[in-house]
Order: sequence, then C-alpha cells, then structure tokens
Amino acid sequence: MNAPDRTERLSLALRELYQTHGYRQYKVSKFEEYDLYARNRSFLGDERILTFSDTDGRLMALKPDVTLSVIKNTRDDDRLRKVWYNENVYRADRNGYGFREIVQTGLECVGPIDLYAMAEVVMLAAESLAAISPAYVLDLSHLGVLTGVLDDAKADGHTARAVLAAVGEKNLHALRDVCEAFPAETGALLEKLCLLGGSAEEVLPSLLALPLPAAAMDAARELQSLCGVLRAFGSYNVNIDLSVTDDTDYYNGLIFRGFVDGANTGVLSGGRYDHLVNRMGKTGGAIGFAVYLSALELMLYEKPAYDVDTLLVYDREDDPTAVARRVKELTRGGDTVRAQLRGEPAVTYRRRVGMDGREVSE
Amino acid sequence: MKSMLNIALPKGRLGEKVYAMFEAAGYACPALKEQNRKLIFENEETGVRYFWAKPSDVSIYVERGAADIGVAGKDILLEYSPDVYELLDLDMGKCRMCVAGPADFRDDPARTLRVATKFPNIAKTYYAAQSREIDIIKMNGSIELAPIVGLSDVIVDIVETGKTLKENGLAPLQEIVPISARLIANKARFKFRSEEIRTLTARIDRMMKEGK
Repeated sequence: MNAPDRTERLSLALRELYQTHGYRQYKVSKFEEYDLYARNRSFLGDERILTFSDTDGRLMALKPDVTLSVIKNTRDDDRLRKVWYNENVYRADRNGYGFREIVQTGLECVGPIDLYAMAEVVMLAAESLAAISPAYVLDLSHLGVLTGVLDDAKADGHTARAVLAAVGEKNLHALRDVCEAFPAETGALLEKLCLLGGSAEEVLPSLLALPLPAAAMDAARELQSLCGVLRAFGSYNVNIDLSVTDDTDYYNGLIFRGFVDGANTGVLSGGRYDHLVNRMGKTGGAIGFAVYLSALELMLYEKPAYDVDTLLVYDREDDPTAVARRVKELTRGGDTVRAQLRGEPAVTYRRRVGMDGREVSE
Repeated sequence: MKSMLNIALPKGRLGEKVYAMFEAAGYACPALKEQNRKLIFENEETGVRYFWAKPSDVSIYVERGAADIGVAGKDILLEYSPDVYELLDLDMGKCRMCVAGPADFRDDPARTLRVATKFPNIAKTYYAAQSREIDIIKMNGSIELAPIVGLSDVIVDIVETGKTLKENGLAPLQEIVPISARLIANKARFKFRSEEIRTLTARIDRMMKEGK
C-alpha cells in the first residue's frame, strides 16, 4: 500500500489539531515586497534574503518567514484573528552554504490577546509536540521576569543584552562577570533565575518565592495563571526555563521553545510579539509559534522496506496489452506494481511475479 | 538499556587533561587509555561514551547533537557562535586572544588595517566595536608569518606563552579576550538528559572549587 509517510501524517494531524480549535488556514504568496523584510531585519535574525526584481522593477523577496506577512495583512480593528499556515519559506543556511527551501507550519493569534488565548496557543504548541513524539518538552519562559529585574536595576541596553545572552547560554560564569555592575542582591537574584528549570509545578513556587521587583512578579504571576488554565486542557510536559530568551525589540511576555527526543535542535518556537505588531504601526498584540518540520526530516524518515509490493517481469515476446491487463489486475488489490522487462536491473520488492502470475526467483 | 552519555573531547593535551578531570569526577572509561587507533570509547558501568574530535569540531558535534556534551575553547565558541549551552568554565587550556604584530607597530588610523587571522568573526567584532576599518585575511595556519612577510599589518590569534611571537620579532599588542576551555551541551539533548548533565556539571564544578 502507498500509505502517507510520517511527515505527511504529521502535517495532517497538525492541520486537524489547529482547525479543531477554530484556526483558519492562511495562504500567502511565495513573494513579498523586499521592503517588509528590510524594515524588520533583526526579527528574522538573518540579513540574507533571496531577492529578485519584479517585472515592474520592484524589488521582491522569496519569503523567509510567514509571521511578518500575517501581521502585515491583518486589519487593525480590534478583532481577534486565529490563523494557521503550512508554507515553504526560503532561508540561508546557517553555515552560509546557500539558500534552502524549508517547510514551516505554525499558527498566529492576532488582536486583543487575553489569558485564555495565550493558554490556548501554548496548549496547541504542546499538542503539536505530542503529535511528533510522546517524549517532548515545552520550555516556557516570560521575558518580563528578566526585563523586570533589569529595568529595576536600571541596566543599560548593552548590559541588559549581555545578561540575556548569558542566561540564554545558562552561562553562569559570564553572568557573574556582567553582574559585577549590579548590587550584590541583583546579581544573586539573576543567578537564581538563570538556574531555575524543571517542571512548572516544581519551579513556579520557587519562582514566586523570590524577592522579585513588581514588574517581574507580575510576569511570574502571569506564568502561574497561564499554567492554571493549561491544566484545564490536560496534562502536558511543560517546563519553566528562563534561559529561553529572544530579541526584546520584537518579543515581550510569554515565550516558549519545544524539543522532542530524537531531534537535535529545537523544533518549535514561539511567543508573544506585541512589540513587532506595534512596530508595524498596529495596536493590539499577537502570539504564535512555528513548527520546523524540516528539522524533523531525519527523525521522521522511515526507510521503506522495499520500492514496490510487486515486481511484474515480462519478456519481449509478451503482448503489451496482456501486460497492461496484468498490471491493472495486480493494482486492484491496492498493491504498488512495477512492470519491467526481464533482465533489467531490479528495484527492491516484496514479491516478484511472472506473466503467469506465479512467483519467480531472480 | 539506558543510552550512553556522549561526550566529545578535543584531541591533544587539553583533551587528556579534561579526561583526567572527568575520570576523577566518576566518569572513567579505562578503554580510552589503551594505545590504539579506536575513535570511540565506552564504559557501560559509568554510562559514558567518549570520542576524540578535532578541537575546532567539538562544538559542531555538540551543536548537531552527535555529542550530548563536549569541551571546547572559548575561542571556538566566540568565532562560530554555536547554539549550545555553555555550562562551565573549566579554567584550563588558558590563553589569550590577542592582536599581535611587530613589537614597534604603530597603528595609522588613516589607512585600512590588514588583519591576518584564523578567527575572522572575532577580529571583525573587535574592530567593529572601535569603528576601525579593517581588511581581513583569513588564514589556516602559521599566522605569525603574515606580518613578517608583509601580507598583513597585524594578526589576531591565540597567545599562550608568547614565545613563538617573540622569536619572530613580534609581540602581543592588545588583549581581546581571555580564553579557556568550556563545558558545552546540546540544547535539545539537555532537555532529555538534564539530570545526568546537571549532575556531571555539579561534580566537576565542586572538584574545581576544592582545587581537586
């Protein structure tokens, strides 16, 4: 049988998951005006974009990302929009070996975001991971915790970035170096935040017990309320890990990364990106995530046991109409069939039959 | 069967010192000390599998998950910015990333500075922070030769004792950053083996604090 492979099955499962919760499929053209990306370079984290001139001379780009297109095309009218997508995007290889076409599935929730909407997106992220493998982890973080502490300590932009980078690497020795600029208690607090990690049930009480400044405490409480709503959906492998950070020019609040056992990089990434929406001149907020199906390619690959179910071998003397009839007969049962002349190099097969219908050996 | 913890070690003297540290911390693998040409060594009892890699490749093995953890120099981490956790400064393999050149070198800001290096990204970042225009000449070895034969004005390279520089009439001019070996971990593998990796990190950290 020609069953869909694991990647195809996963795509279908994700589509069903998102549609079940009222997300509509969003389709975009492969091209966007280059200007959209030029204005938001650092959101993409990569300056290299595949461009070409359109027939009227406008500079166009093969889209490296879907989120920017979704935001651009969303009307600023205080309505909540829930969309999901499955699109090809074009990105330069991290090591600089040319551009690649990669498949990205994800969803975006744009407009007035409330606690329920956030929890729903996190739940869908966890369910997406569970659809890939039962051995998954969703790392949940809130940028407001660290930025709350840094704002309270009046850290300048440079120092704040250095702190976020050190926490992102779980790099305690670098964090200690940067923290020399702060009072000892701020340094100690940041170190504790960097070390926090583990299941939400374990970590949340210790996080809330820390002497956090008001803004950071609000962020921690938001994480707590969110996990409360999430529990009503079911039980998920959600960890709190504040080392998940991202560019604060775009992201604010909740942020998360997903991992599955067997894939060696994160396979899902998302968060709250009101700052991006506002930078694009719109009010309201947004939260969403992307699943990197390409990162799963190796993990999901199943080597087929054989190329075809049945290899039908015929001879030069055989009547082609007879061969056609045999093929028709054999495929009727759902088998895949390849007909070929005797003596041609063989593909792999489950059984090999001759024109008389009997199995033949090599 | 429980799967092994894969550890990539840098080939050479540093790797041997690092192994001695891991061994003392309870992650011994006697097979490693046998004189043979094997590349991979495992010990089922302690649950570790070691392999030797070219020092500059360790971060690649770890970033791509072929190794769960590994030991790499800060120079490599700065140059390639692999997406990994940097868990511990092992305080060994210490040296400095320096700008070096003829001992009497005076920089003339009016012209582009020619910099020969194995570390183009580190050099670029260092000079960009000073808004200094430079021409990077990417080399693969014998960097010291470049300023001597006039290929470059200065070099950006690792300086350990400064002996090679001195013997060739060169001297360190500015220190860019101190370098030492770091324990790194793959971000995804860390999620699924965090107990083991945390335990290992803590044991080694404790050993270092106790001065072995």
